[in-house]
Amino acid sequence: MDKIYKALAEIVGEEFVSNRKEELYIYSRDSGLSEPRFPDYVVMPRTVEEVQKIIQLANKEKIHVVPAGASLSLSGLTIPQKGGIVIDMRRMDRILELNRKGRYVVLEAGVTQGKLQAFLEENAPDLCHSLPEAPPSATVVGNLVIHGQGNLTQAYGFNSSMISGLEVVLPNGEICRIGSCSLSPYWFSIEPLPYLAGLFLGWFGTTGVITKVGLRLYPKKKLRDVELFVLEDPKLVSEVIYRVTHTEMAEDITTVAQPYPLMFQGTIMIGIYLTGDTEEELEFKRRLIWSSLSDLIKAKEGGFMALTPDMKVGLLEKPMSSLTRSADILKGGGFVYCGAIIPIEKFPEALKKLFEIAERNGVTFAHTGRVIGRGHCMMFAFAYPFNRADLESMEKAKRALFDSYVATLEIGGVPWKPGAEEQKLILERMDKNSVELIKRIRELLDPNKIMNPGNWEVEL
Amino acid sequence: MSMELHRCFRCGWCKLPSDFVDYNCPSYAKFRFESFSPGGRLWLIRAWLNGELTWSENFAKILFSCVACKNCAEQCKMRFKDEIVDWITSAKSSAIEKGLAPPKVRDFLENIAKHGNPWGLPRAQRASWLDLNKFEGEGDLLYIGCECAYEERGQKMAKNVIELFKVAGLSFGTLGNEEECDGNEAYMLGELGLFQELASKNTQKFKELGVKKVITISPHAFNAMKKYPDRDFEVLHFTQLLLELIQKGKLKLSELDLTVTYHDPCFLGRHNGIYSEPRKILKSIPGLKLVEMKRNKENSFCCGGGSGNFVFDLLSGSESPARLRVREALNTGAEILAVACPICKAMFEDAVKDEGSDLEVKDIAEILLSSTKML
Ligand SMILES: Cc1cc2nc3c(=O)[nH]c(=O)nc-3n(C[C@H](O)[C@H](O)[C@H](O)COP(=O)(O)OP(=O)(O)OC[C@H]3O[C@@H](n4cnc5c(N)ncnc54)[C@H](O)[C@@H]3O)c2cc1C
Ligand code: SF4
Ligand code: SF4
Repeated sequence: MDKIYKALAEIVGEEFVSNRKEELYIYSRDSGLSEPRFPDYVVMPRTVEEVQKIIQLANKEKIHVVPAGASLSLSGLTIPQKGGIVIDMRRMDRILELNRKGRYVVLEAGVTQGKLQAFLEENAPDLCHSLPEAPPSATVVGNLVIHGQGNLTQAYGFNSSMISGLEVVLPNGEICRIGSCSLSPYWFSIEPLPYLAGLFLGWFGTTGVITKVGLRLYPKKKLRDVELFVLEDPKLVSEVIYRVTHTEMAEDITTVAQPYPLMFQGTIMIGIYLTGDTEEELEFKRRLIWSSLSDLIKAKEGGFMALTPDMKVGLLEKPMSSLTRSADILKGGGFVYCGAIIPIEKFPEALKKLFEIAERNGVTFAHTGRVIGRGHCMMFAFAYPFNRADLESMEKAKRALFDSYVATLEIGGVPWKPGAEEQKLILERMDKNSVELIKRIRELLDPNKIMNPGNWEVEL
Repeated sequence: MSMELHRCFRCGWCKLPSDFVDYNCPSYAKFRFESFSPGGRLWLIRAWLNGELTWSENFAKILFSCVACKNCAEQCKMRFKDEIVDWITSAKSSAIEKGLAPPKVRDFLENIAKHGNPWGLPRAQRASWLDLNKFEGEGDLLYIGCECAYEERGQKMAKNVIELFKVAGLSFGTLGNEEECDGNEAYMLGELGLFQELASKNTQKFKELGVKKVITISPHAFNAMKKYPDRDFEVLHFTQLLLELIQKGKLKLSELDLTVTYHDPCFLGRHNGIYSEPRKILKSIPGLKLVEMKRNKENSFCCGGGSGNFVFDLLSGSESPARLRVREALNTGAEILAVACPICKAMFEDAVKDEGSDLEVKDIAEILLSSTKML
């Protein structure tokens, strides 16, 4: 028997390791448009010690390792660029601790967004975490690793800034704790120690395998509502966002622009989510937000749209299944998006680029966006559905996607969760000393170059 | 079928129940490789049909460990959701047609075709344990079904149902050894030819005997008969009839001091939308406390026995769906796990033994019967 297979089976049990072609096929691709690349093994550990042994084995055998959650980032981030072992983390799915008063939870790395959501619903209904619109089968840690955003991002920043502790298996197999949990039994804060968490976030599994995370929770109000502010002039979007964030009354602020249905063509919709423990609180917030925009409304620059109950249900769903459903727009089973992190005043430029790219490539498009922090920046998605059964449609969407990454960089933005190819675009343009630092950190942490090669790979 | 398979986004909503509390696709919950999730399975079927992947033992396991529980169809967010299980069934059908099905699956179907039951047991044994008048054109027909006819635990369940019907003064009979398999598993395994043959044999026989109403014990039979093409008889699951009898005052119930949790069988629940009747029966028993498992009704977690797996059991082991479900039942604090399907009953009785648990698995008829006997 293959000696690596045998060693992996000894670590996790034969049931949870595979080198069979069906598993290799599925783990060689994700739901986006990245080129499939086959792993040699897929393994599913249950404990941190098992992860540690896998990493030690990988070092001994000089075989690559790629940590994976639900592989739903859509940019091929869990596709093993250079083969090796894919570690599917989802058997590590225990919620280990809830500290209600301290408002944090401690989770294993395979816990899904859905499981955490359900757990809080049952055990701490007045608390919530920042939930992305990703399918509930996505993992919490996968989202943190890519600096994801959720419904609390407008108030508290990127989801990754809500981390209160980490446990990581380093590329050399050492288990390392970060934050208060490194010197106390409590997982309440990453700060004020040297900020080591940054070594693992945004690195796409190239610097270690996260096995546990402490995550901050926030007050969950009893009521939640949404208002849609509709306008036509993209130049006003940053003004609207500035004013609404100034009120500090919104939970979440999102943007949508799409060619279909036709009644929405040419408009931009800004979703303003409100929460409150009472109707009175909601109404108070609503009034402040309305009054912050009243002169725009009077000048007929924009206005609030009357929402039907059905529309409200769809918009208030957590997570919103309509985003997943956009993969079926062309009855084709897929969409890809470039999430550009941009300053809010760049919205009009980004939208113009989106229209140009869609037209140039002959593709259907959609834009959704989310405000990050109090208008500190936003995620602007250039999204393209495609048809998995139609090669031409896939090629076109791929080209449009690539153009969107280039456009993001041109307007001064930063592409979010870039795939391996797009990472190269970023590294080419990045300050040389920053690139050199990335390289040195990787060499230092991972002398055998086992961790997810092909990602953030610097060839200077 | 292959024209539409590409529409699966592999987004994974279908793995979960509506409140996301745990994995709800039994075969994914057991195996945990993405290849065993509904989406993974659909992508692999597509790859197989496109010639990207060739048949293998592992692929056979992936395909036939789908128990047709329909959670995926319930939870998928796409417009094609209602077709997902049919797609998987069609793939099973293609495999069987090409002679690729695993030997256990082949034997299962051959036994049904030759002997009228999946174990290949003699037809003469079907009703040898049954002490009941044959249906002579009067009253209702009680359809016993293979799992109740040949499996000891199923026989016990059938006897409970029969006794209750007698207590209620119902006029009914059975087909005895002449009963034929209902064909549900043949249907779910994509053996449509065999299903149609069985459907037509049964419909013909019912017609000859003047059957107007069939009461099934197994939800699987109930589901199959609802699909019979030329059905001119009414079909009811026994829980529907029992509730009617209780509501008409035909069954007098006395107090039972029990805490019970009820498991929705997939072919009664998700496949046919019957959730309230079994619960109403249990709630009508004075003193009985019904507690729900986290996953119930549309979100029920399958016992793992569907689509032939109660015989060829590709999902066995310490994390089998039945064992996971028994743990979930125990978490409710219930002393009894109530079932309405002989397959669930057998699966859970085995699981309880394997778990070394003292949870009792009882069919609804048995619980009801003890309530009538207390009087
Ligand atoms: C319809 C749809 C809507 C979406 N909406 C949002 C949204 O609103 N906000 C948002 O932020 N995202 C969104 N996403 C993107 C993405 O699905 C989510 O961010 C998701 O949470 C990622 O989790 P995952 O488990 O799929 O991660 P994966 O894709 O499996 O992993 C992401 C990265 O993390 C690495 N990784 C995973 N686990 C570990 C670990 N334990 N240790 C080290 N590295 C690890 C992987 O190698 C990879 O580089 C959306 C996606 C879809 C399909
Ligand atoms: S079947 Fe539906 S829910 Fe499941 S992965 Fe496919 S598209 Fe998603
Ligand atoms: S029918 Fe049930 S077992 Fe089959 S794929 Fe769907 S959820 Fe899984």
